[in-house]
Amino acid sequence: MNRLARITSVELRLFLREPMTIFFGIALPPLLLVIFGSIPSFAAPSPDFGGERFIDVYAPALIATSLAMLALSSLPTILASYREKGVLRRLATTPVRPGFLLTAQVVSHLLMALVSVALLLVVGATAFDLPLPANALGFAIAVVLATTSVFAIGLLIAALARTGRLASGIGSLLFFPVAFLAGLWTPGPVMPEFLRGIASFSPLGAGSQAIKDAWSGAWPQPLHLLVMLGFTALAGLAAARWFRWE
Amino acid sequence: MPVIEVTNLHKRYPGKVAVHDVSFSVERGEIFGILGPNGAGKTTTVESVIGLRKPDGGTISVLGLDPIRDRDRLRTRVGVQLQQSELPERMRVREALELYSSFYPDPVDWRELVDQLGIADKVGTAFRKLSGGQKQRLSIALALIGNPEVAVLDELTTGLDPQARRDTWEVIQRIRDRGVTVLLVTHFMEEAEYLCDRLSLIDAGRVVATDSPTGLIARVDSGARLRFRVAGPFDPAVLTALPCVTGVRRTGPQVQVTGTGDLLAQVSAALGAAGITAADLRTEHTTLDDAFLALTGHQLAG
Repeated sequence: MNRLARITSVELRLFLREPMTIFFGIALPPLLLVIFGSIPSFAAPSPDFGGERFIDVYAPALIATSLAMLALSSLPTILASYREKGVLRRLATTPVRPGFLLTAQVVSHLLMALVSVALLLVVGATAFDLPLPANALGFAIAVVLATTSVFAIGLLIAALARTGRLASGIGSLLFFPVAFLAGLWTPGPVMPEFLRGIASFSPLGAGSQAIKDAWSGAWPQPLHLLVMLGFTALAGLAAARWFRWE
Repeated sequence: MPVIEVTNLHKRYPGKVAVHDVSFSVERGEIFGILGPNGAGKTTTVESVIGLRKPDGGTISVLGLDPIRDRDRLRTRVGVQLQQSELPERMRVREALELYSSFYPDPVDWRELVDQLGIADKVGTAFRKLSGGQKQRLSIALALIGNPEVAVLDELTTGLDPQARRDTWEVIQRIRDRGVTVLLVTHFMEEAEYLCDRLSLIDAGRVVATDSPTGLIARVDSGARLRFRVAGPFDPAVLTALPCVTGVRRTGPQVQVTGTGDLLAQVSAALGAAGITAADLRTEHTTLDDAFLALTGHQLAG
């Protein structure tokens, strides 16, 4: 455990030296909230959003976007390049198993995801009267499942891509549809009904809808939870099946 | 009991046999070399020795342990430097050294290591900002940081300039003086000749010969050898007529003469008498390259 903690703290430090990841994965979602929250029409209740404000319906999509950046872009790129460049191979010659590094990376990214979600909640609550999630337990369940589903997909990319560049390419390619269905461009009620139906079957479409439900005080729909569980299980098993150390 | 014992190692990859049949044993405190051209199976052999690959045939014992079964126990006692294994780009030298120190029960002081390896002024530098030679020296430091009983070093001085290469050789000798057994993989003849107490010549997945460098050279030593350049016409008969000359070979302006006894004096006298001006006349010694050529029929380098 001591070794794992040490590796994780080193990997976290390395993570903090990646300005692009910090910006897109952690800073951008709260920043978008600040930008949209500062536009008067977006910060006022509107019939277009069922009487809610734009930032109320947009916040879940921003959480989903942050998860997607970390899980689909950053994580697989780092893991695939660690394999490609022999970082895992070098570790395999020491008393530490390369699985430790994999775990340390996942833990680092999960911590960053947590920071990002917390930042968004704090900024929203203090600056824009965004209420904290009314159904806290439902919210936590929705965020955790959204996280596991998209991280499992990220690990699957890392398992399949031979190089860091390829992983980065696949991750970026997947990011757009995933973030689109999560409502990054057409949040909440703005998303056409048929599209929302399709989005329910995507990991972060289900995720952001479940997060929104819990935020408003309801429980997430079973369908959304099942979809996220399904992605977690399928992608996770496939990643475990196909991951190679070199 | 030998520290490393490899018996009839055989390893296949899909569509290719990497190692046919390799056996050797390394005694405690020895610098043992595995010398051969690229693709001879050297790296597969060491990867099997350290338990990164599972052999398809044969047995391996390191410090009395099985590299696959006793993997975890072996890792704390064997330090390994492999080719093509990097570190995270933004990891600084000090961070790598501290992290890797923490993996071992009884690490050496990494400050001494970086001093000896000449990278003490780079400890604050990120891995990606290091030159090839500095990366290589950091790799060596990481292999030795756990205070190992056995050090396995694959292509130790690749990418180093001649001075850094000499310095690294001295480091390896100092390590051996501390009682560490060294298994050295190289395709660099001079390195093997300088460092190794004994070595196995490996070619196409098989051991061709195992001996000390001088022993290997003695096997093929065909006597004296001279080399010089001629500008104008040159009739080899001038030299082949001499009783001490056994062979004359001309490649362009280069002439190589093999023979026995006092070759240099007799050849220069004969050349002088025939009015031939020989430039850069020098005696050549038999090297491991020659031994390899004689034993396998092809060049080591190339």
